[in-house]
Amino acid sequence: MAAPPSGAESGRLGRYLVGAFFLAPALFMLGVWMVYPAVYTIVRSFFGPTGFFGHWVGFHNYKTLFTTSTLTTAIKNNAIWVAVVPAMVTAVGLVFAVLTERIRWAVAFKTAIFLPMAISAFATGVTWRIMYQQDPGLGAVNALGKTISGVFSPAGVLSSAFPSTPTLQTTSSGALVLKTPVMPGGVTKLGLTGIAPDAVPKGAVQAVLPASKPGDVVGVVWRDFKPGGGKAGVVEKGELGLPGVTVELRSAAGKVVQSTKSAANGTFDFTKVSSGTYHAAIGAQTFAKPFGGFAWLGPNLIVPSLLIAYIWIWAGFAMVVIGAGLAAMPRDVLEAARTDGGTEWQVFRRVTVPLLAPVLSVVFVTMIINVLKVFDIVYALAPESEYAKANVIALAMYFTAFQGAGNFGIGSAIAVFLFLLVVPVLALNIRRFKREV
Amino acid sequence: MTRTRIVLTLALASALTLAGLAGARTSSHAKAGVNTAVSGTITFDGIWTSSSGQPQFQDVINLFNKTYPNVHVNYKPVGNNLPTVLATAVAGGHPPDMADIAQPGTVAQFAAQGKLKPITYAKSAMAANFAPAWQQLGTYSGKLYALPFKAANKSVVWYSVPTFKTAGVTPPKTFSQLLTDAKTIHASGTPAYSIGGADGWTLTDMFENIYLRTFGAAKYDALSQHKIKWTDPSVTTALKTMAKIIGDTSNIYGGTSGALQYGFNQSVTNAFSSPPKAAMVFEADFVGGVITSSTKAKPNTGFNTFTWPSITPGPDASAVEIAGDLFVTFRDNPAIEAFVKFLATAPAAEAWAKQGGFGTGNKNVPASIYPDAITRATEAPISQAKSVVFDMSDEQPPAFGATTGQGEWGLFQNFLKSPSDVSGIQKQLEAAAAAAYKK
Repeated sequence: MAAPPSGAESGRLGRYLVGAFFLAPALFMLGVWMVYPAVYTIVRSFFGPTGFFGHWVGFHNYKTLFTTSTLTTAIKNNAIWVAVVPAMVTAVGLVFAVLTERIRWAVAFKTAIFLPMAISAFATGVTWRIMYQQDPGLGAVNALGKTISGVFSPAGVLSSAFPSTPTLQTTSSGALVLKTPVMPGGVTKLGLTGIAPDAVPKGAVQAVLPASKPGDVVGVVWRDFKPGGGKAGVVEKGELGLPGVTVELRSAAGKVVQSTKSAANGTFDFTKVSSGTYHAAIGAQTFAKPFGGFAWLGPNLIVPSLLIAYIWIWAGFAMVVIGAGLAAMPRDVLEAARTDGGTEWQVFRRVTVPLLAPVLSVVFVTMIINVLKVFDIVYALAPESEYAKANVIALAMYFTAFQGAGNFGIGSAIAVFLFLLVVPVLALNIRRFKREV
Repeated sequence: MTRTRIVLTLALASALTLAGLAGARTSSHAKAGVNTAVSGTITFDGIWTSSSGQPQFQDVINLFNKTYPNVHVNYKPVGNNLPTVLATAVAGGHPPDMADIAQPGTVAQFAAQGKLKPITYAKSAMAANFAPAWQQLGTYSGKLYALPFKAANKSVVWYSVPTFKTAGVTPPKTFSQLLTDAKTIHASGTPAYSIGGADGWTLTDMFENIYLRTFGAAKYDALSQHKIKWTDPSVTTALKTMAKIIGDTSNIYGGTSGALQYGFNQSVTNAFSSPPKAAMVFEADFVGGVITSSTKAKPNTGFNTFTWPSITPGPDASAVEIAGDLFVTFRDNPAIEAFVKFLATAPAAEAWAKQGGFGTGNKNVPASIYPDAITRATEAPISQAKSVVFDMSDEQPPAFGATTGQGEWGLFQNFLKSPSDVSGIQKQLEAAAAAAYKK
């Protein structure tokens, strides 16, 4: 009766020791690289900016956190990320998973959609930064926009030109009107600059100031520039005429009476003009600017641009996880729903999605945790001038603690704040795993 | 047997003679200036990487090893994150023996915290090679802490030669000529300015050159040390002058939003691509390196330089604003002392200068050492200009002058967004400066 307990106890102790021995290396590393830094950071957040501890400041760092505009912007941006990204990633992943389930070449499509997960977030940021360039000649996204817009509203022949003299003025519609009135028998001059030599229309020759013709309105539209500038408003040697420009003759009220095209030397001739005062003008379509590109990396669009790039990476992950859940779904329920007369959309909404709910929530919660910690894609994609606008909590912590400012107190406070944000979500996840087990 | 013995004796004798001769050679070598007594290892953290200066600095180290063969210098290339890496290493208590710091403000911070060892032993070498202003650069509370080894001339403007030829303009000497030239270039069909506003320091450089040339070196230094506030009327004038450039938005390649998105490197490639998309870049001598590595433009036919135009005539009209690499020491031993004293001499600077991409304040380096005319035009003024000041944003406490997206860099980007709001920017600059100096 007395013997077994000691044997059993020493057996149990032996088992504990063996367990402890195997766990020790992992526990040691966790202790050194996770527990100690976490505890130190929490303690450090109550101290001043420099030094291993510095001087005590209490909750001052946390107060600064909620009053400095850079940090409140970061918190606001993270809220936007949390509100938009997990929902979008789950939705897009769900759509892809369902769509790629029953098609041919399913594996190829799934691989293609999953491929963005293979490159690091930093590389993605750099790649999208190049793609988001505003110049349509450099940025792929705006190049696409330019091609599309070029079909509907082509650029004008002289989109970058502007008048060489103040008498030629822009109207609200974009046309250029010469303020100086002209009457039949008069000569009118429309000088333009800002035209690069290779943008001059083909076939242009030296501009010529035409002689006046009674009853006609004649004039010249030319590139009023020669090396060194030249005299504005005067046709000089070396200045080319602009052929093929649509010149209009407008009445004093602004109505277009006649229009004609300029010749190779820039001259134009309005024939049989009835008496009255007129103004010469160049139509707005000549100056129609080509698609300049959206400023994806500008202050207004930088956050949406980041969200798009981030969803592009993670949609593949969502699709794969949800696809696995789909594959594990019992088919007979779906068949029953279909035979009961449900359309594909009804089957999807009322059967598939509820059955997938556990998988969807796994993806959703994982994305929330990822998004709260987002750093590398913002650091790589946003230009320096937009860091303030695109700021997120992890980025703010990096800049506050490690860049020029070097304020480790506030940096630690930000880290603790981020930790407190993530902990509830993590606890939720862990509780769910426990329940499932 | 006797023959073998003779042969052996002869062999032994010749071996001993050779050894004796060799020994004599080394001892005569030692007499020629090689110091084998000083030995040790020096760890050196530097900014230059294998594509941006490390091989050239290694040449300097090799030259040092000719005189001190037993001192091993372990150069570690850290890249542009050096301030962060160094701050962490210092805070952790294990800094390298020597480091290269680009901001005097950071050097001052470390010196104030007592982390640096003074280099007073190099004082005479520095006095023999550098003008007093350079020694002042590395001095804090009366002690010499830093050696300014490499310097960059920031009062330089690079321009696209074909664009200037099409427009028919020549490099301007005064600021008003610059504005007229810019208008003419715009009329010729190309924007005049290529601004890399995504990197805030390009904007601070423009402001500093304007302030220096309008108000002179003395007032520049006063503003630098916050003896003048940023709300001073002189700052208003300089900002309004700067607005004449950055407010001319149709004359900037990409407009304001483009200027905010393009970084420094891109602003250079924009101006010197074929065909050039803009005419001028207002940045330092290191632009040349970016041009040769990233574009096809050739010197003199594709690109050239002119000095930052003068604004107020006077002795400081062509003052030079420099930025530089300051070498500091965290420990003191005979090996480090030998290396620092060597770096202050002209041969150390010449080992790199003759390869190009290097400027120095060492007055004993002749202008003829530079490999080509453009390099000579940009680097020689560093040591030969009568009036030299250091980059103001680098002299500030790093929280104000060298932090991404904040302080001077962030506020000047805001100024680029709205150049008409001069007084608003001044108030914000002063608030940020006051906060940084208070700490």
